[in-house]
Amino acid sequence: MNYFKTILNGIVRENPTFVLLLGMCPTLATTTSALNGFGMGVATMFVLICSNTFISLLKNLIPDGVRIPCYIVVIASFVTILQMVMQAYVPDLYKTLGIFIPLIVVNCIILGRAEAFAAKNNVLASLCDGVGIGIGFTLALTLLGVVREFFGKGSFFGMQILPESMHILVFVLAPGAFITLGYLLAIVNRVSRS
Amino acid sequence: MENKLILSTSPHLHNGDTVERNMYNVILALIPALIASFLFFGVGSLVVTLASVVSCVFFEWSITKYLLKRDRSTISDGSAVLTGLLLAFNLPSNLPLYIIVIGSLVAIGVGKMTFGGLGNNPFNPALVGRVFLLVSFPAKMTTWPVTGQLTAYADAVTGATPLALIKQGAIDQLPPLGQMFLGNTGGCIGEVSVLALLIGFAWLLHKKVITWHIPVSIMVTVFVLAGVMWLINPETYANPLYHLCSGGVMLGAIFMATDYVTSPMTGKGQIIYGICIGLLVMVIRLFGSYPEGMSFAILIMNSVVPLLDNWCKPKRFGEVGK
Repeated sequence: MNYFKTILNGIVRENPTFVLLLGMCPTLATTTSALNGFGMGVATMFVLICSNTFISLLKNLIPDGVRIPCYIVVIASFVTILQMVMQAYVPDLYKTLGIFIPLIVVNCIILGRAEAFAAKNNVLASLCDGVGIGIGFTLALTLLGVVREFFGKGSFFGMQILPESMHILVFVLAPGAFITLGYLLAIVNRVSRS
Repeated sequence: MENKLILSTSPHLHNGDTVERNMYNVILALIPALIASFLFFGVGSLVVTLASVVSCVFFEWSITKYLLKRDRSTISDGSAVLTGLLLAFNLPSNLPLYIIVIGSLVAIGVGKMTFGGLGNNPFNPALVGRVFLLVSFPAKMTTWPVTGQLTAYADAVTGATPLALIKQGAIDQLPPLGQMFLGNTGGCIGEVSVLALLIGFAWLLHKKVITWHIPVSIMVTVFVLAGVMWLINPETYANPLYHLCSGGVMLGAIFMATDYVTSPMTGKGQIIYGICIGLLVMVIRLFGSYPEGMSFAILIMNSVVPLLDNWCKPKRFGEVGK
């Protein structure tokens, strides 16, 4: 198994947002600005790497019939750690992301990778898969956040570029998330096909 | 003679009806409303209309040529001109140009061409553009100039529209009904003059471009619901005629809800569609946070059209009913 290839696979060929279309709820809800999208991506990446590693370690101990509850317990432990760390060190981001931090527990990317990859591969490969998928998710969310923030608030990572009168408010609201995601998907598919 | 030999199943007779002919008839029917708005709002209405039409046609042309790479351009069928006109008719006459261009891009690009162009769009493109602008630029989209400033554009003095007055409960400050019927009130470019819109309606019925089902069922529903509320308490709720003559009810019922692509095909479906639009408009007007809900009501019902078409399928000849 080529570990570098596993990482690249998560970023490009199996990008969770643009190819697998997993984890749409945080993708649409938290990308109102580039920083929020980036923060959510990194938070998910941390949980993903840890849970992938531990589930891969534990895969022979977990009875097959109760594997999903066991995965959830592992994932929930790491989300709790993440929640406490974020509350302590980045309270502002923690407040903006709000409910979506605890909801990482039921994020289908993490459960999906646990079931589809970590339960079948060795520890190092699972770790690489977590890194790859995590980076892919973070990149996609940051891109979405950059586009929405630029049109909706006229800024780039909080740096003001466009004047107030040019702000297209709808991009930071829910419909803007769907429109932006749809067009980004179309562009990514077009580029990756050629 | 050889051109007349048609090798196909029936029907064989063609009455010469084409997409172009219908589109240009609708555009013609909108001319009285344009003239009325010029008389009340002056240059501003012409500037906004021209900007909207030109940018809609430009976006349609450039998207078909450079993005879809189609050989034949579709701008000559009149649908882009019509979308531009209808979009402009839904905007205040003092809107800055760049906002109109954004609205046209959304109407043509997002509302229409994304789905494959004319005939494939599930939502009315002009309304997609308008609602996008309404949500994006709430302040600029909800201040309307008062009538009679014929040379003012960006610097026009703004004032409350009849619907805003109704929303605030200031029923006694409403302009007289005759003025509202003629269109001498604040509002979007094309929606103010009920008289001009009714002339357009008569033209469309005469040319058989649309049938009576959708407009009449919307108007009757609005009238009945507003009437019931008015009878319950005439002090807080406005006369039903005010509800009919204000805002986008007439423009929406006659020109927007009847768009071929986004309305049901059978008469029964059209009546259900019209009643539901009327119901939604009155719910938004009386209980919602926006003073006007015509565009939202039509867009919501647009999304139900495929279901209505499926439900109201006419029985095939010879088919045994349940």
